[in-house]
Amino acid sequence: MTRSLAEPGVGPGVGSVAGRGRGRAIWRGLDLTKIISAAALLALLFLVATPVGSLVISSLRSTDTGAFTLENYVIAYWNWSDIQALGNSLLYAVEVTVLSAVFAVPLAWGVSRTDMPGKGLIQVLTLGAFITPPYLGAIAWILLAGPNAGWLNRAWMAVTGAEHGLVNIYTFSGMVVVTALYAFPYMFVFTSDALDRVSSEMEEAASILGSGGMRTIFRITLPLVLPAIIGGAIVVFLDTVALFGTPAIIALPARIKVMTLQLWQFFEFPVRAEAAAAYAIPLVLVTAALFAVQRVVLGRKGYIALTGKGGVRRPTVLGPWRWVMFAYALFVVGLAVLLPYAALAQAAFSKAWGLGFHWANLTFGNFSALLADPASRETILHSFTYSAASACFAVVLALAAAYLVSRRLGRFTKVLTALCMAPLVIPGIVLAIGFYSAWSPPPLALYGTATILVLGFTARFLPIAYVNCMAGLRSLNPEMEDAVRILGGSRTLAVTRVVVPLLKKSLVGSWLLVFIPATRELSVAIFLVAAHTRVIAMMMLDLSENGSFETLAALGFVLLLATILIVMVGYRLVGRDFMLRRS
Amino acid sequence: MSETLPRLSLEQISCTFGDYTAVRQLDLRIAPGEFVSLLGPSGCGKTTTLRMIAGFNAPTAGVIRMDGTVISSPGASLPPEKRGMSMIFQSYAIWPNMTVAENVAFGLKLRHIGREELRRRVDRILATVRLDALAERYPAELSGGQQQRVALARAMVIEPRVLLLDEPLSNLDASLREEMRFEIRRLHDQFHFTTVYVTHDQGEAMVTSDRIAVMNAGRIEQIDTPFQLYTRPRTRFVAGFIGRTNLIEGICQGETIEFNGFGLPRGLFEDVTPGSGTVLFSVRPQSIGLHRARPAAGVCGVAARLMERAFLGETWDYLVAPGQSGLRLKVSALPNHRFEVGDDVWLEFDPAQMAPITE
Repeated sequence: MTRSLAEPGVGPGVGSVAGRGRGRAIWRGLDLTKIISAAALLALLFLVATPVGSLVISSLRSTDTGAFTLENYVIAYWNWSDIQALGNSLLYAVEVTVLSAVFAVPLAWGVSRTDMPGKGLIQVLTLGAFITPPYLGAIAWILLAGPNAGWLNRAWMAVTGAEHGLVNIYTFSGMVVVTALYAFPYMFVFTSDALDRVSSEMEEAASILGSGGMRTIFRITLPLVLPAIIGGAIVVFLDTVALFGTPAIIALPARIKVMTLQLWQFFEFPVRAEAAAAYAIPLVLVTAALFAVQRVVLGRKGYIALTGKGGVRRPTVLGPWRWVMFAYALFVVGLAVLLPYAALAQAAFSKAWGLGFHWANLTFGNFSALLADPASRETILHSFTYSAASACFAVVLALAAAYLVSRRLGRFTKVLTALCMAPLVIPGIVLAIGFYSAWSPPPLALYGTATILVLGFTARFLPIAYVNCMAGLRSLNPEMEDAVRILGGSRTLAVTRVVVPLLKKSLVGSWLLVFIPATRELSVAIFLVAAHTRVIAMMMLDLSENGSFETLAALGFVLLLATILIVMVGYRLVGRDFMLRRS
Repeated sequence: MSETLPRLSLEQISCTFGDYTAVRQLDLRIAPGEFVSLLGPSGCGKTTTLRMIAGFNAPTAGVIRMDGTVISSPGASLPPEKRGMSMIFQSYAIWPNMTVAENVAFGLKLRHIGREELRRRVDRILATVRLDALAERYPAELSGGQQQRVALARAMVIEPRVLLLDEPLSNLDASLREEMRFEIRRLHDQFHFTTVYVTHDQGEAMVTSDRIAVMNAGRIEQIDTPFQLYTRPRTRFVAGFIGRTNLIEGICQGETIEFNGFGLPRGLFEDVTPGSGTVLFSVRPQSIGLHRARPAAGVCGVAARLMERAFLGETWDYLVAPGQSGLRLKVSALPNHRFEVGDDVWLEFDPAQMAPITE
């Protein structure tokens, strides 16, 4: 009946496949799905569930007897200073959040909706602030605003003849400013992304009804993006509460007590890991609660989501005020990027940074010493290899989980999502304590190995990779895979021949978004690192404690150059906006 | 239908998702080489049925057989890749990372066809769908219609035992859609693949199909040839869904059927027995004649008044009220049959074109 395209009656494979399908072959396709599903679940239990579970359990268990007890909570909160640290941390986070908004919102509005000049410059420098590790920024600000010796203070004294400097970084407010300078890019990204979606027609509708320029901004534009601003604020708040590096550099010498430093103290001799676990639990609860708030706030559609990107945007004409706007933007990125990097550059090329700008003080010795020292070479190599390994693990695991979830395969999709996203609500420092308490004891005894660092980084940044993979998979019509299968290919073939090639960009982007923060990760490293697994962030902290700012600055530049190189490669492979995109 | 073993047979198929029943106890037999459409409004279960045939969904009750062998049942289903079928998707699902030729060759490579033979077959099918000049292009460089042809070529080149099409034309613009209907029928006449075609567009189904299964709320309402379906709709839904119609109710009283305002002799309707009681008829607007004078004796003429009219270019659309009743009938007439609103007219009914709705 069927007239063949080739020889009549020849349809190799076609008849036979269906013919022998009734037996075991029916299940072969399903088995692989089950295996991958189980493997992903096991990996996530290892990376996420066990550390967190172990943290909770050990907080409730007596150090000596192992019996159930609340004494760890008593130990953790017995001292007034421990409670004070909790209060300080919350105040610190609130102030940083407010200041970040003061920096970020005008900048986002200026870049996204006005005719402000130099938008490209401001965007690039904001990205610069984004990729600067907060602790490196803090160190640079010691050079700028250290009492008396800092460049800003020296300039002030030289100009006014005053006996004391103007600013002191070793104060609570100094710490707040320095933290906000490297936290505001998060809010910038959230806000400008939302502003990009507000159609100008909404503003014009207000103008045509007689609303003036300022009134329109405050009554229409800002309220429309308020959920996004709040979303960004929550991210900044949570990041700050859990921040370790900046407090270690500033609060420690300034004798300001914050929670993350107190947590660290529990690990000083004698190690009281159970008390640390107990002390960390409220941090997890606060974080989880705020994330719930954020989901509610950002989940309220009907705001910006209504219009999408389709609306026309015409920049608001600021007239002469555009220069004021530009000056403010330049002021912010100047504080965050230009001044700190100038100070770091000076130190990196100086024999002693305090001697200032003299030819006699100029040297490349810091770089050559750094690169000649086998220990520091090894440290740099550690950072990059561990980060690369973590990025590979995270992307593979995230892709597998995201695929199973987005295609609704297997029974564990809800659990997989929850486990992949959980590290988002677990501060890095807490995750590290969880890893310590779960995987330090035998049989695995991973403490001090490179493996535990790689796994710690993987767990910490897994949500980034997962969210990216999920977004990629959502943009892919499942019919593409159905087409492979109906033509005789297995699901595995559909993934390798169609899904992966089409998501190449997403996957490279995910890899970079895990790799870059992993190279500078401090809060996980601080609890899991050993002498022979030292990473760049730890080395910087040590150098800062020793006051070796010249070597430290040189190391900072090495890290920065490597990062810029990677970001540029990322731009080439993935497209310009991969880092400043909210996914 | 022929006595031979059906290529596909769906036996008491149901499919439920949670509380929602997409397909309920559906029966369908498709002969080898036959082209059957599943036609119905969105949400009627036609795509679910197609995806069960393909093996992407398993039925929650019933079995599907291909050439007598069970391929789907609630317990175990042969996965799609083992069915030897092929499918054309609503989104075309052309792989953008492969050229036209690579897309088309994909299924053949899976069947381990030798290189020479593979090239020959790819070239031939591309020529058949008139894409031979574009073999090395990437899908992003093709128009919608061309992508559609790639999907057709890719699906047909493997000589599927069953070819499945899921609303393949819904993403094309109107004129291209018209052209592709005939193209699909032409390809079927050339290759005679057993085909199941899902659509919500009755025009597409009428042009392409040997038989049409009209679906509603998870059931097949009627399955027939396009001509039968249009002229003898058996259910109220089918009569309303396929083309426009007037549904009028008559009551069997002895030898006449009394309509609202007029009566017709029962003897003219072979399907209507004396005890039928109330009978619903589907009367197509173009089957009602419109005259100024009373028609000759022996013709079923009914006096009426013209209430509304609209000129559509190819036809006049009139709304008439027969007798003294409140009944309104749609009548369609040629452009030169021109009447004014308020005219007294005579309607001419043709009993052969009045289809009693039996279900």
